[in-house]
Amino acid sequence: MHKSKPEQKEESCKKPTLAIWKFSSCDGCQLSLLDCEDELLMVADHIEFAYFPEATRRVLSPPYDISLVEGSITTPDDLERIKSIRADSNVLITIGACATAGGIQSLRNFANIEDYVGLVYAHPEYIQTLSTSSAIANHVTVDFELRGCPINKLQLLEVINAYLNNRLPNVSRDAVCVECKAAGNECVMVTKQLPCMGPVTQAGCSAICPSYGRACFGCYGPKENANTSSLAKELANKGCEDHQILRMFRSYNAASEPFFRESKQYEPPIEE
Amino acid sequence: MQLVNRFLEKVNNMSHQSKNNTREIKVDYLARVEGEGALRLLIEQDQVKQAQLRIFEPPRFFESFMPGRDYKEAPDITARICGICPVAYQMSAVHAMEQICSNVEQAPETKSLIRDLRRLLYCGEWIESHILHIYMLHAPDFLGYDDAIALAKDHKNIVQRGLRLKKIGNEMIRCFGGREIHPINVKVGGFYKLPTEEACSALLEQLNWGRQAALETIEWVSAFYFEDFEQDYEFVSLYHGNVYPLNEGVIKTRSGLSIKPNAFEQHFFEKHEAHTNALHATFGEDQNYFVGPMARYFHNYAQLPRACKQAASDAGLNQACYNPFKSIIVRAIEVLFAFEEAQRILEDCMQSSFSWCDREIALDLTVQAGIGYAATEAPRGLLWHRYEIDEQGVILSAKIVPPTSQNQRIIESDIGKVAQQNVMKNDQDLTHILEQAIRNYDPCISCATHFLNLEVVRL
Repeated sequence: MHKSKPEQKEESCKKPTLAIWKFSSCDGCQLSLLDCEDELLMVADHIEFAYFPEATRRVLSPPYDISLVEGSITTPDDLERIKSIRADSNVLITIGACATAGGIQSLRNFANIEDYVGLVYAHPEYIQTLSTSSAIANHVTVDFELRGCPINKLQLLEVINAYLNNRLPNVSRDAVCVECKAAGNECVMVTKQLPCMGPVTQAGCSAICPSYGRACFGCYGPKENANTSSLAKELANKGCEDHQILRMFRSYNAASEPFFRESKQYEPPIEE
Repeated sequence: MQLVNRFLEKVNNMSHQSKNNTREIKVDYLARVEGEGALRLLIEQDQVKQAQLRIFEPPRFFESFMPGRDYKEAPDITARICGICPVAYQMSAVHAMEQICSNVEQAPETKSLIRDLRRLLYCGEWIESHILHIYMLHAPDFLGYDDAIALAKDHKNIVQRGLRLKKIGNEMIRCFGGREIHPINVKVGGFYKLPTEEACSALLEQLNWGRQAALETIEWVSAFYFEDFEQDYEFVSLYHGNVYPLNEGVIKTRSGLSIKPNAFEQHFFEKHEAHTNALHATFGEDQNYFVGPMARYFHNYAQLPRACKQAASDAGLNQACYNPFKSIIVRAIEVLFAFEEAQRILEDCMQSSFSWCDREIALDLTVQAGIGYAATEAPRGLLWHRYEIDEQGVILSAKIVPPTSQNQRIIESDIGKVAQQNVMKNDQDLTHILEQAIRNYDPCISCATHFLNLEVVRL
């Protein structure tokens, strides 16, 4: 018999509970957990999926030991929902570029939202949306932000493991360049003159794009203390035009503060 | 009745109003679908008055922010519409862009290799996505479990078989796409860097097991109990006379229309309804239509490899399937097809005298102004893209019609009919079969809002 009612956690059940929440996103980051084909059943032996609608009809009542939050805040209702999730969660971890930096949909932050709605929908009056797409941490306290578009599933397992064991996650804040050198790649900026975001982008992807001979396009967002203006000048020296530099900083992590600030420098002058 | 309703409201998170013999069933957040959606059903004196599939996943405005971006960014940006089927978005995007660009005369073996390896990459996504749906989202409905993890407690070997199949699909994507979610190796023109011979050999070694496990999957799902529910659907899919369609073909309807992707907008229309954030698509003025595995199977049965036809016949399927509850069998047959096709391609390509491993293989393209159209077969069905770009390659406009928004009206129609057929059931059982009727379509709500919760009202 199916049980779709919220169950009370049994007294004897000692497993920590994990809840997975979705805001505006592509579902890819929570899919990363289901993509842990070798580890999923083992993970389920140690934790209780208390709320994970993409995978189960079962719902346990709060509080939750760990909440993973995917997606960005884009509707008036989202603002209320994230506050109640925060109140119900002991630890709140945001996963992916949408939740940590607004995602690709934060490109709306630079445009007039009425124009956007009108371009896609015949009846804009049916659509409820905020004028911006913003990170979860802009609205509630976040215990840990796991970056990436998409996140690295092994880093996700590490973060869950760390919080279950009361330690800090071992997630590097270095640049993609560090992983790229470790992988033994030739620098695509030096050898192929490609405009690469590696120097200002956080590691975690194993420098995947340079390993395939293409330039990093910044999926993991800004590294710690990213020197964006220095990279932008170098890109200009290599012949990148302002609109190209603008697009490089304004993509999957467009609402992150360092990328947002740098992209503003390359906006075309406002015509009178 | 009122007491029962009040009880159910408590246990099921469904809200009910019972006055004048009216009942309302609501599911506010549908589980085991990709994205956010809700269902609302209104029943008056045992007659279903209204069935709505409400997609409340917030809009992300891809078509609005694509203008101004570079045409080369289209496969990377549109992949972000969906974490489950990014390859589909990449394939439709690159084919549309390549239709615009002028193509310098190219060695035929390069063209044919790119065509084959794109099919191989797409097979990986069909396997990964179909297996996720069959084992983790849909099968638990038929077997009475909340999820695959509960299913694994009683049937560990079966769930492990599913996980291993899914892993092989993901490895195919990783091998040719770089990573399983939002691959980075697809470019307008071809691939940034193809895998090494060792990586291809390692992948090839797994495909034999995969084919066998796909056959076992067909046998497993074909023994499920299926609701008696056949409909006269207007099936729409790509049709290609030589092969089962992935990236190429004409758009064909069951009623006899056969058009190039360029003519899609003259026959198919998008409408915006108040209850949903996904645009509804119609064929002609107001006709519902059906995209996805059953539509592909209907139009392209003849092109399936012999092993797939045999497996279909063993599973009790004819050359067409009109019962959406049996879509799980058709999906399993497509998994077998994907393994057969991947193995054939990989073996052929590896025996080719043309050296392609561990290097960039791409067409030599020159950008020019124009409009490009492409339709490919995402795991959930037809995915249509249209772009206009200027002479610099800057995107001027983009239009994307994903499979779930095309299926939304047919899902609503099914919900109404399944509800009527099961109207004597209590709210809990009715809700469950309606959820199943929705999952028959493997709806991808993230895609459809460029979408589920159940709401049943009985009056």
